[in-house]
Amino acid sequence: MSEDSVVEDIESEVEEAPEDEIIVLAQKWKRKRGSLIMALHELQGRLGYVPRESAMKLGREMGVPLANIYEVLTFYNYFKLESPGKYIISVCTGTACHIKGSPKLLHGIEDELGIKEGESTPDGEYHLQGVRCLGCCGLAPLASVNGKVYGKQDVTNAHGLLEQVGHDQPMHVAAEAADAE
Amino acid sequence: MTDMINATINGVPVEVAPGTTILDAARKAHVKIPTLCKHPDLEATGACGICIVKVNNTGKMLRSCCTPIDDGMDILTETPEIVEVRRGVLELTLSRHPNECLTCLRNQNCELQALAADFGMTGSELPSVVPDLPLDTSTRSIVLDPRKCVLCGRCITVCQQHQNVWALSFLNRGFKTRIAAAGDIPLADSPCVRCGQCSAHCPTGAIVEYDETVDVWNRLQDPDAYCVVQIAPAVRVAVGEAFGFPMGANLTGKIYASLRRMGFKAVFDTNFGADLTIIEEAAEFKSRLLEGTGALPLITSCCPGWVDFMEKFHGDMIDHFSSCKSPHEMVGVLSKTYYAEKMGIDPARIFVVSVMPCTAKKSEIIRSKEMSSSGYQDVDVSLTTREFARMIKQSGIDFVGIPEEQPDHMLGAYTGAGTIFGATGGVMEAALRTAHYYVTGEDAPRVDFEMTRGLKGVKEGKLTVAGKEIRVAVAHGLANVEQVLEKVRTAREAGEELPYHFIEVMACAGGCVGGGGQPYGATNELRTKRAAGLYQEDQAGLWRCSHHNPYIKELYADFLGDIGSHKAHDLLHTGYQVLPEYKR
Repeated sequence: MSEDSVVEDIESEVEEAPEDEIIVLAQKWKRKRGSLIMALHELQGRLGYVPRESAMKLGREMGVPLANIYEVLTFYNYFKLESPGKYIISVCTGTACHIKGSPKLLHGIEDELGIKEGESTPDGEYHLQGVRCLGCCGLAPLASVNGKVYGKQDVTNAHGLLEQVGHDQPMHVAAEAADAE
Repeated sequence: MTDMINATINGVPVEVAPGTTILDAARKAHVKIPTLCKHPDLEATGACGICIVKVNNTGKMLRSCCTPIDDGMDILTETPEIVEVRRGVLELTLSRHPNECLTCLRNQNCELQALAADFGMTGSELPSVVPDLPLDTSTRSIVLDPRKCVLCGRCITVCQQHQNVWALSFLNRGFKTRIAAAGDIPLADSPCVRCGQCSAHCPTGAIVEYDETVDVWNRLQDPDAYCVVQIAPAVRVAVGEAFGFPMGANLTGKIYASLRRMGFKAVFDTNFGADLTIIEEAAEFKSRLLEGTGALPLITSCCPGWVDFMEKFHGDMIDHFSSCKSPHEMVGVLSKTYYAEKMGIDPARIFVVSVMPCTAKKSEIIRSKEMSSSGYQDVDVSLTTREFARMIKQSGIDFVGIPEEQPDHMLGAYTGAGTIFGATGGVMEAALRTAHYYVTGEDAPRVDFEMTRGLKGVKEGKLTVAGKEIRVAVAHGLANVEQVLEKVRTAREAGEELPYHFIEVMACAGGCVGGGGQPYGATNELRTKRAAGLYQEDQAGLWRCSHHNPYIKELYADFLGDIGSHKAHDLLHTGYQVLPEYKR
């Protein structure tokens, strides 16, 4: 039996679960041993990060102490405790992308946005991170934005990537403009 | 019968039961393997790597604390190669530990320091990479200094598994790993109940009691302050460990004498307060049992760690809690009312210090407005046994030689029932002695209730008083409470007969003798010996039931009026409230 079918079985059992998202999430995972990380994954998938209040609520619903949840959240780089921004740009730094020049792309985006890897723009629009292999090395060098993959990038043209995302203005310029208003 | 395991350690043959670790087998062969993260109370985690040994048959280096010995194993523990590896581990550990031994509370009482001395560590080529992490003094009971942490994980195991509090955890990973309050907030905002078991199990100075000895010395020097002191039952059988006395030695008389020499104007005993607690609590039990004046089972409330735990995690049990204050609070409030009145001293001048085996008492003294029912804070400072031992050392007193003295009897005379409060089951036993008298009008033919004694996590028993069966339970170590309360809840919901009439809970394993403020190195052997020191005093005493204490009778006759009177209620009782697990 595949992992997916197990998940489906559980999902079908909780069709009438309460409206609240976290309660549904907890109901879905709480009877599966070792499933905390899956629940946290899903939570971060929806919110972009795991806010403290949500972690507490999930813990209460799943019967998992907050201490445990934070052990997991801080152990894995993947999880975020603070809102990373509206657009999460993940530049692949895996082997294939690295050889194809992804560090250059990363630096280019850093310059465009005026932030360093792992940081967010002050207005909360963009978060930039380097990630290990995204699993589509044939498209190297690549980046993903909010899960959507942008493959075969010109590493000298970070601006172009940001344009594709739909926001061609470097964020500090946008932020200044917003401030001026 | 299972076959025994035969192996050799440094050439010495050993025969042990299957499952025995190499570390334990080595002890049997009188071979000492150094350890750091391993604690006798706790499951081995193999976190530190100091206890590494070599299996000569395979050439493998293994951690002896968590590797079961196998048949035919030829173990080597002290080859130059092994010593070199251990030194390497120790050097790495020391490279991220601050060199502050001389000004650390654990100076000369630190497992890491001892290990460094044993290994003859001198300088190191490694750069010092002490993490820059802030001190957490938020609880004012326990101080967290994560810079001094060696990441052994003992505090976390004890907090999560033994106490079921989950206030502490590791955060991050690898080089950035650190201990922190759950959710990376100040410890005071976490579910921490201040039991201090983390500090009692910490091998270094990373978690210590909030030291208030300087405050007490200052008050003792202050001509306007009238300093009085009281000592808890469990202190008398533990403080001697700091002065080379054998485990469990009862040093009550030397403690009284030392306290007077330090400058305390009156030396009281919390055992008196324990007797008084029993007088009020047994009366409370009798009226709940016979007159239905409150919920049953009655649950003891003299342990502040347990009270905090109940308020945070088991708020549905509030009605079951005894409203009696804990013994040191009773002595505190009476010091500033009864004693002040009798002696003609302005209570504003009286400074009450309690010496307790406990870190949670430091928080208890300010937990609610009832802790100031004299009109002043009833207990001004609560010191742990460890702080008290340091004060004796600072005072120039020859503790070994000092002749014994008596307490000030007005709030210092006590019975054996008060003494045994310091061991798990002792409060229950003391309460049963007096409850028997209250219910039947006469003393039980035998006042030893052995069912309450010993280190089993949950003890249950029943007795018949005046034709009525009374069922009791005693739990110690907070993780053991759950099953007892669950039985009560299940019966309550099903409308069945209650499983118990009376429950005693102590937060720390072994009760107060194993308290979080006691001298380091508590094992079950030590807990048993400390408790034995208390039971011996009880056996040998003139009075063994709280209601026989003549000074308690005098207190009611001269000051409080009847048991359960308005005055007694105002001064000796308190209330509880549901608290959030997290303040944020």
